[in-house]
Amino acid sequence: MNIFKLSIKNIFNKPLSSSISLALLVLGVGIISLLLQLNTLIKDQMDNNLRGIDMVVGAKGSPLQLILSSVYHIDSPTGNISLAEAETISNNRMVGSSIKILYGDNYKGFRIVGAEKKFIELYKGVIKEGKDWDNPYEVLVGSKVYEKLKINLGDELISSHGLRETGQSHDEGTFKVVGLLKPSNSVIDQLIITSPQSVWDIHETHDHDEHENENEHENEHEHDNREITAMLIKFKSPMNIIQFPRQINENTNLQAAVPSYEISRLFKLFGFGIETLSYLAYLIIIVSGFSLFINLFNSMRERKYEMALIRTLGASRFQLSTMIIFESLVLTISGFILGLLFSRFGVMFVSSLMEESINYNLNSLKILNEEYWLLGLSVLIGVVSSLIPAIQVYKMNISKILADA
Amino acid sequence: MLKTKEVEFNYDNQMFFKFQNIDLNSNENLLIIGESGVGKTTLMHLLAGLLKSNSGSIKLFDKELNQMSSYQLDSFRKNNIGIVFQRPHFVNSLTVKENLQLAQYIANKNDNNRIESILKNLNIFEKSNKKTNQLSQGEKQRVSIALAIVNSPKLILADEPTSSLDDNNCSKVIKLLKKQATDFGAQLIVITHDSRLKKHFKKSIEL
Repeated sequence: MNIFKLSIKNIFNKPLSSSISLALLVLGVGIISLLLQLNTLIKDQMDNNLRGIDMVVGAKGSPLQLILSSVYHIDSPTGNISLAEAETISNNRMVGSSIKILYGDNYKGFRIVGAEKKFIELYKGVIKEGKDWDNPYEVLVGSKVYEKLKINLGDELISSHGLRETGQSHDEGTFKVVGLLKPSNSVIDQLIITSPQSVWDIHETHDHDEHENENEHENEHEHDNREITAMLIKFKSPMNIIQFPRQINENTNLQAAVPSYEISRLFKLFGFGIETLSYLAYLIIIVSGFSLFINLFNSMRERKYEMALIRTLGASRFQLSTMIIFESLVLTISGFILGLLFSRFGVMFVSSLMEESINYNLNSLKILNEEYWLLGLSVLIGVVSSLIPAIQVYKMNISKILADA
Repeated sequence: MLKTKEVEFNYDNQMFFKFQNIDLNSNENLLIIGESGVGKTTLMHLLAGLLKSNSGSIKLFDKELNQMSSYQLDSFRKNNIGIVFQRPHFVNSLTVKENLQLAQYIANKNDNNRIESILKNLNIFEKSNKKTNQLSQGEKQRVSIALAIVNSPKLILADEPTSSLDDNNCSKVIKLLKKQATDFGAQLIVITHDSRLKKHFKKSIEL
């Protein structure tokens, strides 16, 4: 038996009032930590996919949509642009490197992207099994895709038109899996990648069937009429990021969007919600501090005879005050730990939800710096809320309490 | 072993007590008897070092209590004095055994054999793992005696241990207290208004 054990016994002796304070703290800490985790994980994930892309050029429309579709592969593309126009831009002296990508099809909900081979290098993709594509209709498959759909080397994938599973399937759109990519923790994990030529080939025939009344169809077989969905651009000098996108937006009928700018705009939009929610969570933590204080204050009154007894047994004032502070700290620290567990389950839950809808994986359970602050805050709440009860116990007049009995 | 001289105490200048001198030798037990309101509890708290007198001297085991700090008194109490209260008090979150272990911990001791032998001696060993609020009144009183003697005090102070008991139980309890004091080598001072106890003590003073 010691003072620490006694504190714990005291907590368990009052399960109801202890667990109310605890639950409030777990909720407060849990919400804040969950927000911190999600914020960091999403930001990391987004930044990770942003590496090496200074600007994206695509069809006119919402710049955010252009970024989400062609960098993160989670929204529909704004439309297509002509290959010739894209070439003009990529030949500009300000452009360091450019990667053309084009969409068209999906296989069971996973997008099939026609892209230059540089695209895989951009995300540091490494082939785990098999080889790179050499011919049209040969594809490389990202790790999430083959894990989820149990695709093996040499399998044939029959694609569906559009980006959703429900699109009609092309009979001629049969792709052959020639390589599997290692997990890279970037967007290529959830893509099926092939040469641009494959996508052009399919859609040439396809467009022929589908849109016979459209004007362009007479020129279809000319090479110049080939289209791409977007082009990812890296500048020679970071300075170009200021003027070049504006030039494109003003002087051509293409759209240029800067991913880092769009993403920070996006974060500002939902950052407001996060901020409000975290203020609410801090409020809950403060309320838990009050509940802890009331809890300790009441139990101190109820336990004044046993405190007096412990003093007559020879315990010092200091030991008794320590016991009160211990009781509070045990509650707040376990509240902190349970709060972190709560947030980790929350992250797992959210990421399993997100993985289903947008094929993103957010699992990472490291402790963030801000969470150490949260630990500090919990300890502070524990000490502050037990301070007045502890001082009262320190000043307690045992003789008077015992004489009143 | 106990020598008091002209001890005076007043509560907030309202109640004033002047106690007669006490001189007690080693190996003697003492009964202090007095009507309500003569300051019995006050005297007991003074002897236990829970209160400090305004003037006079209390010499217990050759130590002058009035000259000790509050911290020294705590330490003196845990090494020398066991207290049996009029109404038993316990730490409610702990079992009987844990209460005794806590008392030992406070006195920097750890001796489960002694706890066992005390509980057996008081016939409450089978209640060791019961919470104290599950005990009967009689059992509670025994546990409170156990708490008073667990740290082998040289002096046991008992405040009205028999006031609410019938004649039969009164005599049982006082015999038990005396036996425990003898068994564990402690002196006993009982403070009470209960005149039935007179016949059990050779030495008594009246306040």
